[in-house]
Amino acid sequence: QGSAAEHGAPPAPERVLFPPTFSVSEIKNKQRRHFMFLRWKQQQRKEKLAAKKKRRKEREALGDKAPPKPIPKTIENQRIYDETTVDPNDEEVAFDEATDEFAPYFNRQTVPKILITTSDRPRGRTVRFCEQLSTVIPNSHVYYRRGLALKKIIPQCIARDFTDLIVINEDRKIPNGLVLSHLPEGPTAHFRMSSVRLRKEIKRTGKEPTGHIPEVILNNFTTRLGHSVGRMLAALFPHDPQFIGRQVATFHNQRDYIFFRFHRYIFKSEKKVGIQELGPRFTLKLRSLQKGTFDSKFGEYEWIHKRREMDTSRRKFHL
Amino acid sequence: RTKTQNFCRNEYNITGLCNRSSCPLANSQYATIREEKGRCYLYMKTIERAAFPRRLWERVLLSRNYEKALEEIDENLIYWPRFIRHKCKQRFTKITQYLIRIRKLTLKRQRKLVPLRRKIERRENRREEKALIAAQLDNAIEKELLERLKQDTYGDIYNFPIHAFDKALQQQEAESESESDAEKEDEEEEDTDRREFVEADDSDLSDFEDMDKLETSEEELEEEEEVEKKASHSRSKGKTPLKGPARSKRPYVNIEYEEETEPTTKTKAT
Repeated sequence: QGSAAEHGAPPAPERVLFPPTFSVSEIKNKQRRHFMFLRWKQQQRKEKLAAKKKRRKEREALGDKAPPKPIPKTIENQRIYDETTVDPNDEEVAFDEATDEFAPYFNRQTVPKILITTSDRPRGRTVRFCEQLSTVIPNSHVYYRRGLALKKIIPQCIARDFTDLIVINEDRKIPNGLVLSHLPEGPTAHFRMSSVRLRKEIKRTGKEPTGHIPEVILNNFTTRLGHSVGRMLAALFPHDPQFIGRQVATFHNQRDYIFFRFHRYIFKSEKKVGIQELGPRFTLKLRSLQKGTFDSKFGEYEWIHKRREMDTSRRKFHL
Repeated sequence: RTKTQNFCRNEYNITGLCNRSSCPLANSQYATIREEKGRCYLYMKTIERAAFPRRLWERVLLSRNYEKALEEIDENLIYWPRFIRHKCKQRFTKITQYLIRIRKLTLKRQRKLVPLRRKIERRENRREEKALIAAQLDNAIEKELLERLKQDTYGDIYNFPIHAFDKALQQQEAESESESDAEKEDEEEEDTDRREFVEADDSDLSDFEDMDKLETSEEELEEEEEVEKKASHSRSKGKTPLKGPARSKRPYVNIEYEEETEPTTKTKAT
């Protein structure tokens, strides 16, 4: 360090006199290079601090006449505009939604009945997660799959009037995938599930969800694809929530990750509401959306996440 | 490599172990069974062809029928040492068994293993964390719920007289005591009456035991004065996980009755 200081300090003034030639990365000696880089960094920081102070002083000096603060750039601000963003007044979208597979649900003709199952041989965590999920979603049943083929159980489910099928895929004793299939010829969505927290792992004061039908909140589903996924998720819950239960299930989409939370709320006053989290939580990321029911080989894919094409920009989201 | 035996790496070996008797290199008269694409072949090596490496191994296709194939082996390996014959048949049996198993398994569903890419996993986890922070879920949910409250989706369940209180205040300040607003006047009068009581008391509700009493007393009042304001019934149903023990600035309707019951409840609370 001493030698670096000695070596670093004397040549620097010389080189600074010839601006175009000096660059920290051109020094071959690693120790010296590192030292010079740190010094350069410190200089940058100082300059930045000085600039900030100056700006603040100017702002205070101007007082009321100061220009409004610039809005910081966030990823949501900078999001690349997606052409399929749904405009609330779009007629075409409204027409589509009136005639797609969820129309009977939204017209209150069908009551959702869900079948939850897992992949083969579920381990303890998955089993418990399935149970908790079935308490969250009203009118749902958990059945174990002992080696039965999906293609065979789908016609059986349709015969027994199930409207939706959820398959929780498991890997190394934790659930990591979710296949949601709307049964009578509905779309199938395949999600990657992560950060699953069971009820006992959420810090709370020990409450269980009651059997009331919860409300549903769907946040941030803007594009067409997002809209259809949102409708699919909403179709899991019966249409008329029981407000006395004061439970709410939230699907919040942020940057293509759908966060699921289940809360109980209470209105403390008109402007304040308190929420207490019960129920499991997990995050989903859409991997593919198929038009028909679950079929891995011959299904017609409406949307697949193609990593090379779709992950190119940090500011591009599809949901 | 087991404790007593080595494995032989030669592909023409019949037993798979490295012994003098089962080494294809050590024996000039040798036979094996090998299978290709589901069909079994009998390979034979005789000493006459030892000089012609290209034609060394003679290949015979065995029939698909198990018994017939065994007969074919016998027929081809007639006058051959017992050991080789026996081992050939054993090997053939084993091969057919595993071929059958393969065929059965392909009919069932097969697990397709998709390897995880570490870099991508890490990237997605990091993005998920950042998205979670950016999402500010609690705030978003609370905002949404308040929105719904404002838009009256809950109907008459929740009724915060503070809202009406503010409205009434505004009305008073605007001094709109015209006779056309007769209804409003009535409400105003009721509000002013209540407001008097409010100013006298600064009490807050501490328990929801109070709510029970309030509800009952309010019900009586409801019949009398046709008050539309009710306390939230849900709270008195005993399902409330109260976020905090104390709630401040309760609607003054309740406070009015608190006057009577307050001293007792305060003692209870403490």
